[in-house]
Amino acid sequence: MDNILFLAHTEADGTLNKTALEALSSAVDLKQALGGTLDVALYGAQFQPAANSIAACGATRFLAVCGESFAAARFATDAAASEALVRASGATIVIGAMTSRSARVMAAVAHRVSGCVDTHVTDVTAVSGAPAVTRWFYRQRIEGSLTRTQRPWILLLDPGSRPAWKGEPGSVTPQLIDVPVGDSLLRTSVKGLVTPPADQQTIRPDADLLFVAGAGWTKKQKDGQTHVPEAETIIVDFLRSSKASLGGSKSLVDISGENQSTLHFMTHLNQVGQTGSSPRHPKGLAACCHGEEPHTVGWRFIGERRAINLDPNCGWARGKADVLYVADAFEVMSKVNALLSAK
Amino acid sequence: MPGTALTRNFREGHKLKMSTPFQVVVCASVVPDPLQTLEPVTGPTGPALKNEMMLPAILDPWAAHALYEGANLVKKVAGSALWLVSMAPKAKLQQVMMTVAQKVPLQLVAVDGPSSGFADAQQTATALATAIRNIPGIDLSKLLLFGGWESASRSAGVTLQLVGEELGIVDQFQGVDAIAPNDDGSFEVLERVEGARHQVSRCAGAPAVLGWATGNLGEPRNDPQVGMANMRAIMPALQRAVAAKITADGLQYANVATPKQQRETRIVKDTPADQIASEIVQWIKQE
Repeated sequence: MDNILFLAHTEADGTLNKTALEALSSAVDLKQALGGTLDVALYGAQFQPAANSIAACGATRFLAVCGESFAAARFATDAAASEALVRASGATIVIGAMTSRSARVMAAVAHRVSGCVDTHVTDVTAVSGAPAVTRWFYRQRIEGSLTRTQRPWILLLDPGSRPAWKGEPGSVTPQLIDVPVGDSLLRTSVKGLVTPPADQQTIRPDADLLFVAGAGWTKKQKDGQTHVPEAETIIVDFLRSSKASLGGSKSLVDISGENQSTLHFMTHLNQVGQTGSSPRHPKGLAACCHGEEPHTVGWRFIGERRAINLDPNCGWARGKADVLYVADAFEVMSKVNALLSAK
Repeated sequence: MPGTALTRNFREGHKLKMSTPFQVVVCASVVPDPLQTLEPVTGPTGPALKNEMMLPAILDPWAAHALYEGANLVKKVAGSALWLVSMAPKAKLQQVMMTVAQKVPLQLVAVDGPSSGFADAQQTATALATAIRNIPGIDLSKLLLFGGWESASRSAGVTLQLVGEELGIVDQFQGVDAIAPNDDGSFEVLERVEGARHQVSRCAGAPAVLGWATGNLGEPRNDPQVGMANMRAIMPALQRAVAAKITADGLQYANVATPKQQRETRIVKDTPADQIASEIVQWIKQE
């Protein structure tokens, strides 16, 4: 019988983020499927709001590491806190969310507790009384399911893999675990976050729609000229009115890096695909994107997909999108913007 | 924190005079060229890629960025040194090195082992850590361990972290896009976090692990002179490559397959832009 630990860091206000609640949902389901126990472990500057918000999740014990030293996302202190919580729980399966903060430390934690780790997990199920996980290999091109006999087994679930756990808040008093913080853990200090100005923020992980712009926006159009400034205006207007998140194909992002005439707001952070991100959004609209697999892995996890392209046989869309509009993206998106701004 | 001012600081950080040299070790494996079709098959030791040894390979993309950033850092900080530690089948590594060697001056430490995405990360990390410890003249107190924050094979982002743990390094950074060294040996790091933001940290100095995202440098042009100088040492390094045996060790794959999902695409053509736009807007607004 496996004992499951849900392990999460809290946010600055002491709450849990959506991704953590998705991982909790998986932990609760696995506990029911395996018939084991469930513990909750939290760390951060404060934990009570998070603990209370998931009081009804069915956990046997709540554990916490708390203090200002654990406020910042710093490898040394996060790893020490996580290690202490895993050891205190005696868990055989640890489930957490694939946040940047957890991903930074969990392999190290697995090493410290003589366990193993799998990240970017998209599903956890019980097969013949043992947990089995599904994850992607070769950057979303091959999907595999696997089991391990080594314990503890730490699993980090990708955002959007499961619905977030929902339940009535309550009141719990977690058991505090003491973690000494010596100078060796404080060699790194976190100075803060660099956030793009609001009007240049084009990546919105919680958006309902992903708009993927391809290199076609910067190519010569039917008049034989490029229209990059016009493309910029159209895309920015669309992002503003639709609240969509912006993704870019590798070719478009690479053009930006080479200082050619291109979309000034497009950076490597926008890149989707084999060497970029594979975001999860309910809907995706691609315009001027070209290419076969592997380029298309960038919208593998998008629910409904539509594309605008002049080529009816475009590999990016055919067989990958639900609808392919064979049309001039400049013309269509200008009219989309007009309709969105009119409503 | 204003992004533009900070980014400028990072750029200017590279101009500082440094008194503390670094020993930069870049861990990088080889992966199939992304344009190749990948088909999983079951081999004698578990899942593998069909014709894996025949597939053209490249240096892992994010690790390649780490190599370029490492070489740039070594060039700026006098007295620093750069090693490339790579585990892959020797023949494959030799093929990839013919190109990589022309990019930046490097010293290769080769480990003869699998580069498969299905190989166990823990054992891979142990083999890499052993190779790093055995580098002649390595001083772990000056070590900056570079690599990609995720590979294009296992895509897990754990190997570099595990190597760091094996070497006892307690300052680690992942998704790094910039490093700015200070003249006292400390450095500042930009790490990618959610929502297209960067976390800024200051580390007291080496040793540290930096798992790179794309960084800020383009791919260097091929330089035949650098290539020739590198290859003189790379060929003996390949001959000296220690074999690493990677076992399944409790890891069992139940199923490995490419996604079969094929969508029925409705093609809309010869339709006025107004009508298409209207349909798209209606679709966007649907719950």
